[in-house]
Amino acid sequence: MATIETPRARPASTPRPRLTDRLVRFAEAATTPLLPADYLDLFHPLRSGASLRGRIEEVRPETADAATIVIRPGADWAGHVPGQYVRVGIDVDGVRQWRAYSLTHGPRADGRISITVKAVPDGTVSHHLVRSARAGTLVHLEQAAGEFVLPPEGGPLLFVTAGSGVTPVIGMLRNLFPVVDDGVLRLPRSAGHDIVVVHVAPSEPDSIFLDDLRALDAAGAVRLVARYDDVHGVLDVDELGELVPDLAQRRTFACGPAGLLEALERHHEAAGLELFTEQFRSARVEPGDGGTVSFTLNGTTVEADGGTPILDAAEEAGVLMPSGCRMGICYGCVLPLREGAVRDLRTGEVTTASSLESDTGGVPIQTCINAAAGACDIDH
Amino acid sequence: MTTIQKKPENPIAHLTPEDIEAIGVELDAIRQEIVDSRGEADAAYIRKVIDVQRKLELGSRAVLLASLFPPAWVVGTAGLSVAKVLENMEIGHNILHGQWDWMRDPKIHSTTWEWDMATPSEQWKHSHNELHHTYTNVIGKDNDLGYGIMRVDEDQTWHPFYLAQPVWNFINACFFEYGIAAYDLELGANIKRKRTKDPEFQKRVKGVLKKIRRQATKDYLVHPALSGPSFLPTLAANFTANVVRNLWSHSIIMCGHFPEGVETFEKRSIDGETRGEWYVRQMLGSANISGGKAMHVMSGNLSHQIEHHLFPDLPSNRYAEIAPKVRALFEKYDLNYHTAPFPQQVASAWHKVVRLSLPNGWLAQTTPRNAPQQLAKLYKMTTGGPKVRRAIAARDRQMAARAA
Ligand SMILES: Cc1cc2nc3c(=O)[nH]c(=O)nc-3n(C[C@H](O)[C@H](O)[C@H](O)COP(=O)(O)OP(=O)(O)OC[C@H]3O[C@@H](n4cnc5c(N)ncnc54)[C@H](O)[C@@H]3O)c2cc1C
Repeated sequence: MATIETPRARPASTPRPRLTDRLVRFAEAATTPLLPADYLDLFHPLRSGASLRGRIEEVRPETADAATIVIRPGADWAGHVPGQYVRVGIDVDGVRQWRAYSLTHGPRADGRISITVKAVPDGTVSHHLVRSARAGTLVHLEQAAGEFVLPPEGGPLLFVTAGSGVTPVIGMLRNLFPVVDDGVLRLPRSAGHDIVVVHVAPSEPDSIFLDDLRALDAAGAVRLVARYDDVHGVLDVDELGELVPDLAQRRTFACGPAGLLEALERHHEAAGLELFTEQFRSARVEPGDGGTVSFTLNGTTVEADGGTPILDAAEEAGVLMPSGCRMGICYGCVLPLREGAVRDLRTGEVTTASSLESDTGGVPIQTCINAAAGACDIDH
Repeated sequence: MTTIQKKPENPIAHLTPEDIEAIGVELDAIRQEIVDSRGEADAAYIRKVIDVQRKLELGSRAVLLASLFPPAWVVGTAGLSVAKVLENMEIGHNILHGQWDWMRDPKIHSTTWEWDMATPSEQWKHSHNELHHTYTNVIGKDNDLGYGIMRVDEDQTWHPFYLAQPVWNFINACFFEYGIAAYDLELGANIKRKRTKDPEFQKRVKGVLKKIRRQATKDYLVHPALSGPSFLPTLAANFTANVVRNLWSHSIIMCGHFPEGVETFEKRSIDGETRGEWYVRQMLGSANISGGKAMHVMSGNLSHQIEHHLFPDLPSNRYAEIAPKVRALFEKYDLNYHTAPFPQQVASAWHKVVRLSLPNGWLAQTTPRNAPQQLAKLYKMTTGGPKVRRAIAARDRQMAARAA
């Protein structure tokens, strides 16, 4: 690819030696209108200095509809804290798609990273990763992100996981309690942790990482309470007190479907308990009115209906949009709304902007979860 | 050629308005089929072409480091010429059309791509995608027909100045990328209307000059310098490759709209044009080049100019697949699907350039026997004023009428 202008970010505090600087400029003069990187990428896409990518090295089935994808990240991968997620860009049917996936392990000696994906019904990316992804495929990555991480001080904790919501938790547990040939290792860094895991799944065979959780339970590293909808019925959060008698002493970390998390929030708020959650997807409310969305800088206009995120409507119309998790979490899609109103598809909340009442830079909105609620001018 | 509206036998007179709309519906269906089936194989295709092109360019430039040795010069120059052709035609032209935007890959996207060409992609996209593709072959609107310096239609009054048109056309072909840059700037019109001081225009000129400086520095300074003792041979090789690329792309583009028999249209005729009518104009205003796979790839699939003009944003690798369906549609509606091998189309286009460089009818009337009289007449028309020319033209018309 190529841009004529190629501003190189160069922090003032670390001036590049002049010789390298000149060499870089010479290399750019030799490759214009492309960049030297465009040629280097042909041979070494994972090198330091390249835009961050990874190569799938292994696809390991976990259950009938879930698989772990082991990825060798590029040299500039900066590491992660267990519980964080990574955004993965992968071409499905030739189209670049970005999704967030929790890292399901601690930092590994071999430098690789892994994610565990559950194929959701009609899911574009999850199906592709679970069923069609092959070792050798290059994917695009962003650095790890996310606040859903263990408190360093440890203490009494409760994990509530449902379905694929177990993934960030398994990352944390594996880091605390590595499993080696002769069993579960007890490291000094995990001594201060007292952990109960309430794991919910539709049925036992559907449970991802059940063996890992059982092994940790058997070794006494955690206490596992496994619940299967087909055996025990759907979990009612009011039962938590019976399942975990010392619930009140524990900080709760929960990851699962929106319904469960909302129920937990209500329950914990009423009981005055601390709760940290990670949401994989959101429930959406009724469509609003829609309207014409104008992108002021590139001059395109798009007719968007009130039920479609502006991001989707714009991409449908061929506008290249910044995007991220596509569910309102990562803020990778934020653009300033200059004029107009948008409705948050999750909450129904309306955000307005006008040249009189808003910040001069406009009101930043997430295009992936906001639909037009009337005409909108967006800087892009 | 004369605009379709003025022809004694208008080739679309037999089409009813319903026919024209039905053609539109059928073409829309052909388009949708491709849109629905775009996928991994197509993405793999363009990535493969880009990969091959870049490696070929690197390899050729590496060989040219030793271009002091004639065999290395020949191999390197040939390779670089092919690489430059691929870069402009199958890759650059088509990416800038948005043919690959659906992949959502920011590196292969019409909004971010820049190509090895004097004109910056932003300016070219405006004049080419917006103007040429919308107003295809409409006299007075589509400057592609002559880049403003050519007589492209009988209805344009002949002037002795046009006698040199074959020469210009050849010079324009050799330095085509600069011709396109001037055309994208609307240089002629802006100078004529004294708009050269306009800040917007000056900004665009600056953009072009900057781009030219970079491309020239690369080909005529940096790479020759890298070759050390082979400085001059490498410079010559790069110059040759640029000229080869220019001649080739100029020829391909001439073949697309210029061969004899391709229709042109009056400005008036496109007022309130329906989608069906727009399609029909594209069908009759373009010409294909028949040939094998290599011809298609090297021409950026503009060998399927008809299909490209009907569907400028479909991936180029799919044109071959829809060509038989498009052709069947031409046959169904009794329209002329204009296709011929490359040498024939180039010859035909050049024939038209030469024919129109001369007064109307001159070339057709001239035989070895009457050549002296014809030359005398041409001399008179060239040296005489407009009055002389009009008088001679009127007499010619009368004689033709009497003969008929
Ligand atoms: C921070 C974060 C971490 C995540 N970690 C993981 C992880 O470790 N493992 C994992 O499998 N997924 C994880 N996800 C979810 C993941 O990013 C995708 O949303 C999921 O794989 C579905 O994408 P898709 O392309 O297959 O579905 P899409 O094609 O986008 O959607 C298809 C259908 O599935 C529904 N749908 C979308 N997402 C979900 C979902 N999560 N569950 C059920 N139905 C859904 C949609 O509403 C739609 O009807 C995480 C998401 C976030 C934001």
